Amino acid sequence: MLRDLARSFLDEHLPIDRLRTLVASDPEEVYERGEPTQWDEGLWKQIVELGWTGLAVSEADGGVGFSLAGIAGLVEEVGRHALPSPLVATLNASFALRTSETKEASVWLGRIADGASASLAISDASGSWELADCGVSAREQGDQLVLDGSACFVQDAFKADVLLTSARLGERLVLCVVSKDASGVTLERDQIHDLTRDQASVQFQDVRVSAQDVISRDGLAALRAAWPAILVVVSADLCGTNEWQLQTTVEYAKNRKQFDHQLGFFQAVKHPLVNAMVSIDRARSLLYNAACCVDIGADSAESAARMAKSAASDAGAFISDRSVQLHGGIGFTWECDVHLFFKRSMHNQALYGDGVHQRRKLAVDLIGPIAS
Amino acid sequence: MSSKKLSDEQNEFQEYARNWLSKNMPPPPPVRLPISPIEVSAVEQLGYLQEWQLSCYRAGLIGCDYPTEYGGAGRTDCQRLANQELGRAGAPYFINIVGLSMAAPTILAHGTEEQKRKFIPGALSGEEIWCQGFSEPGAGSDMANQQTFAEKRGDEWIVNGHKVWTSLGHFAKWMILIARTSRHHKYDGLSYFLCPIEGHKGVTVRPLIKMTGESGFNEVLFEDAAIPDSNRLDEEGKGWTVAMTTLTHERGAAEGAGGGGGGGSTHPLEQLIDLARKSRRDGVCAADDPMTRDAIVQQAIVSEGLRQGNRRARVPALTDHPMRIPMQQKLVSSELVQNIARIGVDIAGAQSTLYKLDEKAPNGGHWPLAYMNSFGHTIAAGSNEIQRNILGERVLGLAKSK
Ligand SMILES: Cc1cc2nc3c(=O)[nH]c(=O)nc-3n(C[C@H](O)[C@H](O)[C@H](O)COP(=O)(O)OP(=O)(O)OC[C@H]3O[C@@H](n4cnc5c(N)ncnc54)[C@H](O)[C@@H]3O)c2cc1C
Repeated sequence: MLRDLARSFLDEHLPIDRLRTLVASDPEEVYERGEPTQWDEGLWKQIVELGWTGLAVSEADGGVGFSLAGIAGLVEEVGRHALPSPLVATLNASFALRTSETKEASVWLGRIADGASASLAISDASGSWELADCGVSAREQGDQLVLDGSACFVQDAFKADVLLTSARLGERLVLCVVSKDASGVTLERDQIHDLTRDQASVQFQDVRVSAQDVISRDGLAALRAAWPAILVVVSADLCGTNEWQLQTTVEYAKNRKQFDHQLGFFQAVKHPLVNAMVSIDRARSLLYNAACCVDIGADSAESAARMAKSAASDAGAFISDRSVQLHGGIGFTWECDVHLFFKRSMHNQALYGDGVHQRRKLAVDLIGPIAS
Repeated sequence: MSSKKLSDEQNEFQEYARNWLSKNMPPPPPVRLPISPIEVSAVEQLGYLQEWQLSCYRAGLIGCDYPTEYGGAGRTDCQRLANQELGRAGAPYFINIVGLSMAAPTILAHGTEEQKRKFIPGALSGEEIWCQGFSEPGAGSDMANQQTFAEKRGDEWIVNGHKVWTSLGHFAKWMILIARTSRHHKYDGLSYFLCPIEGHKGVTVRPLIKMTGESGFNEVLFEDAAIPDSNRLDEEGKGWTVAMTTLTHERGAAEGAGGGGGGGSTHPLEQLIDLARKSRRDGVCAADDPMTRDAIVQQAIVSEGLRQGNRRARVPALTDHPMRIPMQQKLVSSELVQNIARIGVDIAGAQSTLYKLDEKAPNGGHWPLAYMNSFGHTIAAGSNEIQRNILGERVLGLAKSK
């Protein structure tokens, strides 16, 4: 399975000590001086050679056309190793390109299969995950579009080659590809907690987009159609992070002794770990179901994906809380690896809508809209 | 999800079961059925459910994988398909839950040829109701602390002691009984018996009243009750090992593997949503209250998670430990039922103070009663605290609690 290959590859190339020296050698660097997140670009080249960027690209467009169920398994391993890279961002952008179904999108999918990386730039300054809320406006000029405004909370923007941006054109939303180097594009680095990724606010000022880079004239429909897959991918990353935290904390509870017993002997330690396992397994079961629903094009794909994201976010919050607490004093330190996963999880919980957001959406399907 | 491919036999059986159920679902019960078989108390309910179990047995939907010489259908890996179809059809549950899901598999695993032929068919068909005599006033979670004593006299065992919380004891013909046969060893001093109950000399069954005011289970007193040695299951002193077989099956049964769906009633979540739509809280429709909506959807996610967990458990590559998912199901499903009932109580608000005999009580007073009854499930079959111990120790490998 792809998952097993990914696991042994990442075990070999990104053991926890390597991750730590990459991203957590010195808190001052990242937090005070705001220096860019370190990532292993050599490792990224290998990942591109392995074809991981092209997993979501169909064979017709030059990719591998892997099932989302397979991709979810791989991304779980990415989360389990907290891999700093634009892989998740690129996969998510690929799904939006795919659901755009235009020849312009095909061209870009081909480039991604060849190793280009991309990220979605679709949220406004308030961090809204309502797809229609968009902080960029577009106007037509000949056969070009001109963009102005800002797109925020753009994942791994500094690592990605291009941005897939939504912009309001009259009543519609368009999707277009914008190079980070294009004239009028500026990236402002967000200072974030998560040490394993970067994030940016992107400013657009008179940015010209040529006709070949206008991906979709019905961007809202394309994003909506891609949304279940996007939620699945981020949930998979969360599930991997969750499982790492569970296993690491269980190991600690087996090794550390207090009052002449292993910590796990005490029910105040044992029971919350079991509760965490239960919530993690719930999220994983819902994740695989959601991935399969997307793969077969089921009508229930969106609600299945929202359930998975809600469950994975809540499981993440719970195991993160308990993994710090049950490590005791050491768990509270920079020295302990737990905080790396704690922060990645916290970031993923918020991304594309947290549990409450997903459940608010699900409630409409399940109970009906709120009257008034 | 790609679960294992079905064999030809399974395919053919699945179609047969689906077909049979579509034509043979029973009429609605004469009296409303409680949420689970262990709460059945009226003879009308018993009669209705026994008839249903018998007709499913005759149709080959029960005991599918048992050898034909013990009254089974002699198939391979078909029971789970039957259970699936029963669930899908919304069929009533099977009343003989102890006989079907605990006694029969234990006898199959540990019984003599004669015991298998004598006891299994009646347990499967539901004609002979079974109960379980494991718990005692001083031996609940600490099940090996049995004080009921069986003394060998000739080829009989003379039993004295006191069992409690005996579900279905009031209808039972037989009991699976663990008793102490030696005072010198804790675990090795136990033996396992198939004990006659109904009308048996020296056995008194007394109903216990649940916190809801309804009857539901019993205590059983043994005063010099005689059991022939031929009703001892497995060797003397092996009772603990045999009981472990029963418990493994009991925990499976507690999550519904015994077959049959949810009493033919609508799903509790749908009932809850219906209640929310019809209720007002502080002047607004409860279905419009964001907190209530969130609470309901949380349970919907747990419920779907259980369903998907059952599917996932069939694909070994998707977990690192074969029992990791199956062992969670009793814990999660019993708490799901409890949480749904609790939300129902909260939605009904002031109206949930009303007992079922008050005409104004919403859904016939269902919600507060369901909430109280749900503790039967979080306590019975090994309390959920004990389930958490077992999961922590067997699946996560944490040190054993005393
Ligand atoms: C509705 C219902 C039906 C039942 N039907 C049957 C039946 O048919 N046959 C039968 O034999 N029994 C039956 N039982 C009994 C059931 O198995 C016991 O009630 C159960 O095992 C708990 O034992 P106890 O009541 O003695 O509680 P105790 O063991 O005294 O436990 C009291 C509390 O302490 C907790 N506790 C105990 N030990 C530990 C520990 N080591 N770690 C953490 N917490 C602990 C328990 O979880 C519980 O919350 C039934 C019970 C109910 C409620």
